[in-house]
Amino acid sequence: MELAGAFFYLFAATLVAAGFMVISSRNPVHAVLYLILAFFNSAGLFVLLGAEFLAMILVIVYVGAVAVLFLFVVMMLDIDFAELRAGFLKYLPFGATIGIILLIELILVLGTWVISPEISANATSPVPLAAEITNTEAIGLLLYTKYVYFFEASGIILLIAMVGAITLTLRHKEGVKRQNIAEQVARSPATSIEIKHVEPGAGI
Amino acid sequence: MIQVGLPHYLTVAAILFTLGIFGIFLNRKNVIIILMSIELMLLAVNINLVAFSFYLQDLTGQIFAIFVLTVAASEAAIGLAIVLVYFRHRGTIAVEDINMMKG
Repeated sequence: MELAGAFFYLFAATLVAAGFMVISSRNPVHAVLYLILAFFNSAGLFVLLGAEFLAMILVIVYVGAVAVLFLFVVMMLDIDFAELRAGFLKYLPFGATIGIILLIELILVLGTWVISPEISANATSPVPLAAEITNTEAIGLLLYTKYVYFFEASGIILLIAMVGAITLTLRHKEGVKRQNIAEQVARSPATSIEIKHVEPGAGI
Repeated sequence: MIQVGLPHYLTVAAILFTLGIFGIFLNRKNVIIILMSIELMLLAVNINLVAFSFYLQDLTGQIFAIFVLTVAASEAAIGLAIVLVYFRHRGTIAVEDINMMKG
């Protein structure tokens, strides 16, 4: 338990530091790299909380897909990022005031949270014993039965997001030869074959 | 060392969420950093959900965190696609220049 506590403080401190660097670093590429560090550390926190499946999903989805997508977009766009940071100090006092008020409120509300011991008897889907069943299997047993409609709805959301992203970014360039299937299918012998009468020994 | 409990995790998540909001205020001009701040805020929400799931011994929190992850991924994809298309049309992504709809 001592070791788990030490790891909690390690992951939490790195997570907060990386989160701070995300919003304050000058170079957006560095910001994305710090975002990846933050995702890895929160995956560590998830492992400490016994949610191994979610930790691995976080690494795969966030680091492997979302953060790399950010990295690609940052590198694709040719922007003067120094110019975008111009108002950084102007907004600092206002942002800091709002941020600190919100942080104090959140910690006052959540930091003193106490759970009554009998609440775990009311769990809608209790966590099974780790010795009997793995976290992944437990989530699968729940996700594909009780929450199957929500699961399918999230699949549809992903599909719509994919279609939307493709339709937004697809460009039709002029002057590129493309296959026209209708035209190909509509061909008939009359339009595509021409019979020539060749004189013997003369050629065409 | 103090026993790590639910309040510790909630405090970390609260700090991360505040950093996300702070990031939106600080980088008012840069859409990409704003999107990253939103990702940070969603991550903080996920930490809250998983922490409650562990300390209440209820798997529903982890299921819900998966759905939050799904929505976050779609949001990032669509948001970045919009940024890309906007950059192609206007050659800038500064937030104050995005005023064509007079909103």
